[in-house]
Amino acid sequence: MLHNLFIGELAARLDKREISSVELTRHFLSRIERLNPPLNAFISLTADAALADAAAADARLKAGERGPLLGIPLIHKDIFCTAGVRTSCGSRMLDNFVAPYDATVVVRLKAAGTVMLGKSNMDEFAMGSSNETSYYGPVKNPWDISKVPGGSSGGSAAATAARLAPLATGTDTGGSIRQPAALTGVTGLKPTYGRVSRYGMIAFASSLDQAGVFARSAGDAAAALAVMAGFDPRDSTSVDVPVPDYMSTLSQPLKGLKIGLLREFFEGLEAQNAALIENALSIYTGLGAETREVSLPHLPLSVPTYYVVAPAECSSNLSRFDGVRFGHRCENPKDLMDLYKRSRGEGFGPEVKRRIMTGTYVLSAGYFDAYYLKAQKARRLITNDFRAAFDQVDLVIGPTTPTPAFDIGAKMNDPVLMYLNDIYTIGANLAGLPGISVPCGFVDGLPMGLQLIGPHFAEAKLLNAAHQYQQATDWHTHAPRGYA
Amino acid sequence: MSLTRQDVEKIAHLARLSITDQEMPVYVSSLSSIVSFVDELSRTDTEGVLPMAHPLDGQHQRLRADEVSETDNHEKYQVNAPAVAAGLYVVPRVIE
Repeated sequence: MLHNLFIGELAARLDKREISSVELTRHFLSRIERLNPPLNAFISLTADAALADAAAADARLKAGERGPLLGIPLIHKDIFCTAGVRTSCGSRMLDNFVAPYDATVVVRLKAAGTVMLGKSNMDEFAMGSSNETSYYGPVKNPWDISKVPGGSSGGSAAATAARLAPLATGTDTGGSIRQPAALTGVTGLKPTYGRVSRYGMIAFASSLDQAGVFARSAGDAAAALAVMAGFDPRDSTSVDVPVPDYMSTLSQPLKGLKIGLLREFFEGLEAQNAALIENALSIYTGLGAETREVSLPHLPLSVPTYYVVAPAECSSNLSRFDGVRFGHRCENPKDLMDLYKRSRGEGFGPEVKRRIMTGTYVLSAGYFDAYYLKAQKARRLITNDFRAAFDQVDLVIGPTTPTPAFDIGAKMNDPVLMYLNDIYTIGANLAGLPGISVPCGFVDGLPMGLQLIGPHFAEAKLLNAAHQYQQATDWHTHAPRGYA
Repeated sequence: MSLTRQDVEKIAHLARLSITDQEMPVYVSSLSSIVSFVDELSRTDTEGVLPMAHPLDGQHQRLRADEVSETDNHEKYQVNAPAVAAGLYVVPRVIE
């Protein structure tokens, strides 16, 4: 069936005109109509615009143009601004917001000929690890709809896993691509900080936020990254580093590749989960890689460090939502202070308010040095640990999450317990490193992810290692029951 | 480390957030547990460590030529505003 094909296979059929982009788009739209209702993976569907974009892609194909993503349907996380289509960021605050421009990620993917099917559900302002903080209701995991899909990019992950699109964008501030990719059994790539433009991507924590992608294989993620990556003068932290040809290095042999096992990631890991990682390591050894243990002694500090730095930046970034220029405004404000407080109190959900207040507290007079400055110092210690590890090895490896997908509602009343979900993913954000999660097996019938983290700008090496693993295994081809 | 109701009221005011009486106890307890959790950092020796604000060392803010790059689009942007009159954003009276 079309929805089980990888992007390269779809592009080959489009090239040969065996199918049209309109037919492909209709196929996915009809799957969304039939299969999405229990999943709630979308905030907005854009079927009419999708069919028009698909017809335009068909015209380009007919004119002889070719491209790896020309005519390929995709979903954008509802954090990316899309001109003329609501961008809610999962919040009541932006329930009526229609951006006047496209995010750079959207511009680039549109120019490459992709067809947007809709905008995916997400944790409110990307703050969450379970997709339960969305104003539009939780997203369900297609492997078991009583479980969360992970977050914050839960809609993109669930839709990719359910074969509702071959590709979906996401953002990763503390694990928001890799963690839901792991919990839904898809491939999720978080590039180096600054590799992909943040312009038009609604800001959560600006020193951590990075755009990336969900796909069903590392090869498909490589095709998407090739289009998304690159310098953007509109993003002041965009990096002017050439974008390598990610596709051309996918099949390089791994002989001699040095992989570091993160000792701290295995401490306390449950036996079934650890066994999956051990199996993955033996695959890599079989492919000629060398493994050795490495240590990141400051890694246990990464969650507390993150939960100072990210809320601090969020409290500052979200001050723009003032009920004056855009977004929700309360009824009958009695004065300007009342307008600010009630518009924000009503427009933001509980987790967003909690993070704004945490950030306000750690930045407030008398606490700045003890919390914010201290966390920035701890951030350097964690980054230095990674740097020392990459003096010894090319990549580091470990699980993406401590457990498979958990029950909806299980952690909503305990924010600290929820935050600890991100224990394995946050380090890469603090250090600005690229990371990828690939499916590596099942625990209790639910998918688990293997995480690879590399030095800055090592996306080609990560994709190469993930692709070679997927050539030697078939975990990434498993579909949830009812969605095959 | 535990926060009082008065602490949380002060933080909410600084953050310009109205918090209802029913919501308040939940924030007092959850913010207290978050602050205790991040307090773990205080036990770490960071003597002589430089604070890190940006994940890529050596990055600096780019400058561009001082030329007009954006045109006036205020009508387009004000479409999203809750209240506009004569091209201006409308808020409750600030000066009596």
